[in-house]
Parts: sequence; C-alpha cells; structure tokens
Amino acid sequence: MTDESGGISRRDVLKALASIPIFGVFFYGFLKKKGADDFRREEILSELGVTERGPAVIPDAISRPPGERIRVGIIGFGGEGESLVRHAGFAHPDWIEDARLAAEEDPRNKRLQTYLDQEDLNIAITAVCDLFDVRAERAIAASQVDVRSGGGAQMPAARRYRHYTDLLESGDVDAVIIATPDHWHSRITIDAVNAGLHVYCEKCMTRTEEETHAVYDAVKNSDIVFQLGHQNRQAESHIKAREIIDANILGPVSLIETTTNRNDPVGAWVYEIHEKGSPQTIDWAQFEEPAPNKVPFSLERFFRWRCWYDYGTGLSGDLLSHEYDAVNQILELGIPHSAVASGGVYFFKDGRDVPDIFQAVFEYPERDLTLVYSATLANGKWRGQMYMGHDATMEVGGGLTIRAEPQSTRYEQKIQDGIIDPSMPMFTYRPGFKGFDAVTSATEEYFASRGLLFTYRGGRRVSAYHLHIKDWLDVIRNGGEPSCNIDRGFEEAITCHMATKAYLEGRKVIWDPVNRRIV
Amino acid sequence: MMQAGVKTDGVAASYGNFQLTALVALRMLIGWHFFYEGLTKLLNPYWTSAGYLSEAQWWFQSMFLNLAANPSALAVVDFLNAWGLVFIGLGLMLGCLTRAATIAGIVLLALYYIAAPPFVGYAYSMPAEGSYLIVNKVLIELAALLVTLAFPTGRLVGLDRLIFWKSNPGTQALEQAHA
Repeated sequence: MTDESGGISRRDVLKALASIPIFGVFFYGFLKKKGADDFRREEILSELGVTERGPAVIPDAISRPPGERIRVGIIGFGGEGESLVRHAGFAHPDWIEDARLAAEEDPRNKRLQTYLDQEDLNIAITAVCDLFDVRAERAIAASQVDVRSGGGAQMPAARRYRHYTDLLESGDVDAVIIATPDHWHSRITIDAVNAGLHVYCEKCMTRTEEETHAVYDAVKNSDIVFQLGHQNRQAESHIKAREIIDANILGPVSLIETTTNRNDPVGAWVYEIHEKGSPQTIDWAQFEEPAPNKVPFSLERFFRWRCWYDYGTGLSGDLLSHEYDAVNQILELGIPHSAVASGGVYFFKDGRDVPDIFQAVFEYPERDLTLVYSATLANGKWRGQMYMGHDATMEVGGGLTIRAEPQSTRYEQKIQDGIIDPSMPMFTYRPGFKGFDAVTSATEEYFASRGLLFTYRGGRRVSAYHLHIKDWLDVIRNGGEPSCNIDRGFEEAITCHMATKAYLEGRKVIWDPVNRRIV
Repeated sequence: MMQAGVKTDGVAASYGNFQLTALVALRMLIGWHFFYEGLTKLLNPYWTSAGYLSEAQWWFQSMFLNLAANPSALAVVDFLNAWGLVFIGLGLMLGCLTRAATIAGIVLLALYYIAAPPFVGYAYSMPAEGSYLIVNKVLIELAALLVTLAFPTGRLVGLDRLIFWKSNPGTQALEQAHA
C-alpha cells in the first residue's frame, strides 16, 4: 500500500486546492456585500454628521477626587428617599441581603453589583427626619451600613429628628435630600435655603404655582446649590439626543409625543400599606399640616399620597414632570405658551381624586411646535418618546432610534438612491450594547425604558440617581451649575402646574411671561 | 467504476465520484456558513452573544446565564465563538485539519442547540425564521457534520491531502488502484 517514493503529484495539489474557486466566490460575494453595507453606513453617517459612539461630552463623567466629607440629612425616607440614599452609597442591610439572594438566583440581576461598583461619594448620612417610625429606623440602619458603595467606610448612625426644622437647625448637616410628598417640598426647601443648606429636592419641585415662585426666589437669592431630582439628566441617550438635535438631523420638529404607559397597581401608586402603620407610629398631624384639606387619620392617604391633590398633583407632577424635563433637556423648550388637559379617574376607582388617564397638550408657537403628553395607568403598551421632524423621527428611551421620513426633503435623493431605507432605522444608538440587565417589576421596566433607572458611562452600567446626586455634590465642592438647577426646576413646576390647572378648571391656560403668571 | 478511498482511523472508506462530490459539497457548504457567520460577528463591533445566552432554557440555563451576566466571561465566549466559527469554517472549506474542525463544529452546534432547544413549552422572544418542533436547523447542521465526520473527505479533496501525505500516503495508490 505504501509508496514512499511516490511524492506529491500535480493531481494531489489540484485536489488539495479544490476549494480555492469556492473561496473566490465566497470573497467576491462577501466583499461586495460588505462594500455595499459600509458604503450605505458611511453615506448615512457623513450625511448626519454624528457618530454611533457615546456622546462626545458627558457632563461630570470624569470623576474628581471628592473633597471634604459632606454631611447629608435625609428628609422623607419612603420609597424614593430610601432609593436616593442607597444610590448615594448607603443601602439598607435588608436590601443588600435581598439583592444578594436575587443575584444568586438569577445572575442577570445586577442590582448589588451596580451598588457596589458605585463610587464612594465621601458623604455621611448624619440626620434623618421621617414621620413614620419604621422608616426613620430604616434610615438609621442604612446610614451605618457596613457594605458600602465603592468600598466606603462604615459611618456613625444618623440622628433622628421628629421635626425637619430641628434637623435643619441641628448643625449636623451641610446639605439635605428632600424626598417627602410634594406638599412639603417648598416649605422644607425654603427653610433649608434660609438655614444655608444645599438642597437636592425630588420632583415635582412644588405642588402649586405660588410655591414655585417662593422656592425660585429663595434659591435665587441664596448661594446654596439646588438640584431637582430629574435623574434623566444623566441618561446617556438623552445627551446623545441633544447631539442629534444640534446636528439638525430631524429637520424642523413640529410635534413631540411623550407618554406614560403603566398597567399595574404599583405603577398607579397603590403602594403597600405597612402593617405597623398606625396613629401611634405616624405623625399624622405633621404630615397633613401644609395640605389644603385636613382629614382624619388615613393609612391610604399616608402611604398612597400620590393619589390625592392634597399632597401632590397626580400624573402632572409625578410622571409628566419626568417626560417634560427630558424634552426640556433635549430641546430646551422652556415654559409653553399654553396648555390644555383632560382625563379622568376611569380605572382605579379607589377613592383617588387625581386622574389615572390624563392627556395634556402644550403649544410653543415661537418654536413652531406642539408637545403632547398622553398617559394611562391602565395599559402598558409601549409608546416611545417621539420627536417628529419633517426629515426624520427620533425615538428616545434607554437608547435612541432615528427613522427617515419617506417624504423628507433633505434625504429625498438618498432615499431614491436606495442608501436610506425609510422603513429601517437610519441611525441607532444603544448605550451599553454589550451585556444585558434583568429588570424585575413592570414599574421598574417602565423606568428603565425611559432612562430613569440606570444609564451607561463608557459602556458600564451606572445608576442615573447616583450620577445625579454626584452631579449635585460635585457642584457643592467645585462650583458650577447642577444639571437640573432652579431655572430648570421653575420651568418644570410651572409647566406641570399649567397642565394641572387646565385639567382642574377645564380650560386652556396661558403663561404670561411678563408677569410670570399662569392665566 | 472509478473509486476513491481513504484510510482513516482504521476504517477504510471508498466513495464513488457522485458520493465524493456530494460529501465534499456538504462539507464546503457547512464551512461556508460557519465562515460567514464568524466573519460577520468579527466585523460587527456591536455583536455579542449575550442576547442569545440570556434566552437560554433547559438544563444548562444557569450556566449560560452566568456566562452572559459576567462581562469578562462574556468577552471570552464572544471571542471564542467568533474565531471558532471562522476557523471551523476555514477548516471545513479548505479541508484543513478537517477532522478537528468537524468535531469542534459539532461541539459548537451542540452548545447552540442545548442553549435554546425548540422543545414544547419553551418560548423565545427572538422569532425563529421557521417553525420548529424539537428539530431545528442547528440540529440538522449538527447531523450533517456527523455525516462528514463519518464519511471524511479532507484527505481526498482538501489541504489534508498534503498535510497528511506522510502519514497517509496510500491515498494516491488507492485511487490509482481503483482507477
């Protein structure tokens, strides 16, 4: 059988290389396809003048060494307050245990890792005020937690104050985070400003128009740093969306459609009533002190305050405020000329007086555009935030997608040449495209899809809350302007109150820019 | 009738021309598919296996989820997958180290299959391009590779003819004997 002397014949070489023609066909096809794809991509990108990379300028993305420790007081330690304190680096031990178990069960659950990866902001939670004993105790436990973000050191326990004024005057704090119901925001903010303390206040900035002016004047006449809690300001996709607008890729934008779509009780503010909630554990008199209507002790009203105008403004201040601020961040719209609104309590007939279905339309004649807000708490169908221009439509959420308009003037030639296909996204931006996240509840998914839970920096997932608090602390230490300062806050609150007023009075309301009043 | 034969792993195989052509064509088509899948992944900076892994079902679900959730493990998986596809594809097309490439291809396809088997009751968010019940195209491609493993052709038509010339010099003699 063996034929050592045979050597390699021409026939062997031919048979060995038989696949070469197939390779020829392969590479011909491959290069042709790749060439066509690359040509289209480059043509589109050079036409648009933007890159698919992360935003060129990310405010405060470069971490600076935190200077001296800032002593922070937390006023209001409900769901939002606890979340803010955790994103500032102090999670409640129970939360850490839950997150640890969740990560063990499902490795996609990155809550704990994101918490641990957060930077140590070099702050201490030195004081807490909450009207419910259980929550005040939770805040104290969080303030001295031993598992800290960024490997931060354990801090001494926060001191509890029964009344926020005692906290402000204690001398124990340099800055306060206000996460109370809306009806307390303005009073606490103004008192904190008068005490010379920096303020991070949750949205909506105020409950009424009058309060908005009072807060604005107080902050403007002081040198404290005020940050409003619109963490969407940190979303990479929103910063990228501004680049898109600046590059005028959409053409004239005449309509912006933004929405809220939720379909679960928690999303409709039907929060759990704590088993230990009672007149003995809750300071009800203090809770309702600034509310326009006084009612007997009510667990529903205490735990589900967002359902009543006595304490908040419903969808206006709660969720329109986020959507509006995102649009204001991207387009710098300011206060609208007019607003109309309608809606009703159509699904959650649980005694609430704020609507669960709510639509508001704002006119900006000077910008030649209309902003529409459409909200339902009884249907979760995804409707993205749409910027509708003559040449293209941009959808913004956690990422960003742009589709050319078939009737676009600007892209007419490229559509004819087959370079741009209006039925396909012309430009997509997906921050953090490598890796994925497990998001648990429907409400969380809603927030995540709108860039409100987490965002990305250099492909790494970071909590938007964390960045927003850090943004505030950076300005306290190094000067500058926080990204959602009092001017943005004034615009947010007035716009929301225009919608509320239009809804409650059943008429079109106008903003008088000279007298700075809603009329 | 003209016969081609080869001795691999002690099993003598001899194919007719039609059989050989069909087997080589099968090998090259699978190679083409692997090679192109690998190249597109290498050339697309946005590609990641995370989406596929995150959809994993069945017994090995937690293993795949762990891989997807760990950025450094994911980077390794992505790297191995893309380059694995490229080299397996090249090996099959060129007939170069064909046996190793075939086995590696079978392993890779088996991993794809067990990660997302089309069993009754398993739903995937990514739409399939066809309708599958237990058998999908991954499984068929895997079986086709088993055929190319059982009926090897690399040393007849492929670079292995030269690579293994010394260790398997009987090829030419066999072919000539049958001529």
